[in-house]
Amino acid sequence: MKKILGIFGLLVFICVMTAILSDRFLTEFNIENLIRRSALFGIISIGAAFVIVTGGIDLSIGSVVCLVGCLFPWMLVELEWSPLAALAAISAIALGIGLSHGLLITKLRLQPFVVTLCGLLIYRGATRGIVNDQTQGFRGEFSFLRNWSQGQIPLPGTDFGIPNPLLIMLLVTVVAAVFLNLTVYGRYMLALGRNEEATRFSGINTDRMVILAYVICAALSGLGGLLFVLDVGSAQPVDFGNFYELYAIAAAVLGGCSLRGGEGTILGVVIGAAVMQVLRNSITLIDWIPTNIEYAVIGAVILGGTIVDELVRRVAAARKSGLADVEKPAESTAESAA
Amino acid sequence: MKTGANRSDTPILQVDAISKRFGGVQALDGVSLSVFPGRVHAVIGENGAGKSTLMKILAGVLQPDAGRLVVDDRPTVLQNVSSALGHGIALIHQELNLCDNLEVGANIFLGREPRRLGLIDFASIRQQSRQYLQAVGLDISPDTLVSDLTIAQQQMVEIAKALSVDARVLIMDEPTSSLSQREAEALFQVIDKLRAEGVAVIYISHRLGEVQRLADEVTVLRDGRNAGRLAREEISHDRMVQLMVGRDISQFYARRPHAIGQPVLELRGLRTLAWPQHPIDLTVHAGEMVGLAGLVGAGRSELLNTVFGVAPAVGGQVKVGGRGYRFRSCADAIEAGIALVPEDRKQQGLILEMAVRTNIGLPGLARHKVAGVFQNRRREIEDTAQMIDQLRIKVADPRQRVQDLSGGNQQKVVIGKWLSMHPDVLLLDEPTRGVDIGAKQEIYRLMEELAERGVAILFASSEMEEVISMSDRVLVMHEGRLMGELTGDQVTEENIMHLATGSTLETTKA
Repeated sequence: MKKILGIFGLLVFICVMTAILSDRFLTEFNIENLIRRSALFGIISIGAAFVIVTGGIDLSIGSVVCLVGCLFPWMLVELEWSPLAALAAISAIALGIGLSHGLLITKLRLQPFVVTLCGLLIYRGATRGIVNDQTQGFRGEFSFLRNWSQGQIPLPGTDFGIPNPLLIMLLVTVVAAVFLNLTVYGRYMLALGRNEEATRFSGINTDRMVILAYVICAALSGLGGLLFVLDVGSAQPVDFGNFYELYAIAAAVLGGCSLRGGEGTILGVVIGAAVMQVLRNSITLIDWIPTNIEYAVIGAVILGGTIVDELVRRVAAARKSGLADVEKPAESTAESAA
Repeated sequence: MKTGANRSDTPILQVDAISKRFGGVQALDGVSLSVFPGRVHAVIGENGAGKSTLMKILAGVLQPDAGRLVVDDRPTVLQNVSSALGHGIALIHQELNLCDNLEVGANIFLGREPRRLGLIDFASIRQQSRQYLQAVGLDISPDTLVSDLTIAQQQMVEIAKALSVDARVLIMDEPTSSLSQREAEALFQVIDKLRAEGVAVIYISHRLGEVQRLADEVTVLRDGRNAGRLAREEISHDRMVQLMVGRDISQFYARRPHAIGQPVLELRGLRTLAWPQHPIDLTVHAGEMVGLAGLVGAGRSELLNTVFGVAPAVGGQVKVGGRGYRFRSCADAIEAGIALVPEDRKQQGLILEMAVRTNIGLPGLARHKVAGVFQNRRREIEDTAQMIDQLRIKVADPRQRVQDLSGGNQQKVVIGKWLSMHPDVLLLDEPTRGVDIGAKQEIYRLMEELAERGVAILFASSEMEEVISMSDRVLVMHEGRLMGELTGDQVTEENIMHLATGSTLETTKA
């Protein structure tokens, strides 16, 4: 809870600073766009969080975004499939990818880093091969599909509207949070992330839960890829979704997930994803920050946040043991008196 | 007694009223002892008596809260391991501290590599290592990878490493716990040789036979205090046990006779993955407590893990209450009514960073889930409260992290986690390892209560007293094979050791 407040404070701080330093921040267009981007990245970050909670990692998120983002318009336009068939096909691909990651990691005992790193290379390479490096788009058609990402629900009485991706993200957030915190399966994932062996010795099929985490991650990456391409309208296989896995992992870590596993909240991760997007936005908007140092700024903020978090933890631990020291002599005098 | 040129009557190391506290646990309370060159000083005591803490202080790993160390008649502070080594004090850990990806020679000189022109002088390492390996009677090349050595050989390398820093005080923490009898005898000969050369050896063990064989004097620790000191001529098994336990053993292991019922757990030709060539048949009845004895590596844990379904069975059958099963996972075993308190509490038994309540609730989540998917929080809270009460687990709050509890209370959490599942068969693997003496007695009392209620109990233990005193029947294993069964008057340390080392009772009797 404290962690969520901390990251939320950081989000508010960056928003306020950017609003002061740039008059373009609080424009309707910018806010709406920012919410849309944050929601899309929130979805893939939740996927990353599930894998990280089990003590794993998924580096293939960006490439799955690319694969889905390029193949979906390709199926509709080049192959002239019906939207339903294309949706079924990309769902099958995303779930299949997650399933194979999970099986390789649990049954063959391969390291998640290696499996998903290979995934990162394979899916992007495969996408570029399939569509022959050609940019894939919707050619101005399929506006009813693109409305999923671009549309909004107008708020009565104002000029504003709630972007559809925010609604989808909120739905995913609620389902994910309920799953992680209230179902037995969520508890299994947290437990096995901390100590896989003890969880297995408690009668829990840990392999199945790990596979499920990778399937969830790939499914949300696929959903993200779909919404991204519906939003932008076209996807270039060389760089679509590039580095998105790192944004997702960074958001999960900022939001309180430990890469050691067993720790994390969905709400924190969503806020973490928003922090990343607001940060990128402010770098673009604030004139005296050169845009080309974007990565350096993001890296520095995450590192700073992690250092502050660790220092706070140490101070708290030191205070706790200090208190314990004060209690001890009292205890021993009581013993000797007795 | 031998009087060598290196023997002297001035102590090389004196421990003077050392105390050490961890959180709420007083690990050492005014412990004193003197170590003389050319003598083997055994330090014995139950688990949790403070042996390991004392050794860590002597080796500079920990700092005492009170008291002082005197080395060569000068009060000395050992700030860290290298300052202890500088005074010639070396600790050989229970868990060996070798880099098994490096060669023997590289390990002996790790951190002190001789150099030539700034680069490692491999020729010199090889040459000097050979000399130290010879001193410990190890006939291997310094270029052998440590991972290619047996545990016994690795231990000798550790000793060679200690000799290479001119150790005058060698501390050995349970050195024979993973050795066969022959390997242990080789180690004793090296110790005899070091003693003759004037090295002081501090020998920690709870194998009293070894202590009798080696020690020139014995210091007994109990609950962090000096419980007694025995000179060479006073050392006897009974005296040592009496000082260690501090009370009459018959009271300590409180057994109440009760009726033994129908067979509950039956293994029929069960073959483990580790020893598939040896099918195991055994039966445990309702209300019966069966001890599983054997040396480390005899296959007891493998057997228990296989019965529990956490390791796959290669063949055979587990019957519970007359019904035969082939477990695919431990979820199946739990459903059949089996529970296992595993050997490695911290790794297999508990999730240390999580709450007491979460740990106790974990195995029951599936059984009590609501609407097919949701956790039953209320059930978890109630079960935890009941277990804390029944097992007298000392916790400030059920949400407290298990990490912050003492070893005894941690073990009670593991037991509570399984009692809340109401098993018919309770398997325990080293149930009192690393547990203080009070908690130990409570665990025995609890096992007795469960047996009285008709639970079939099968427990593996390396503590001879525990096996002898707590079992209705003892089964002894050796290299994956069930060597024999002992009942009544047959249950003696000698008989168990004979079977555990691979001989049969008939041949030893003859």
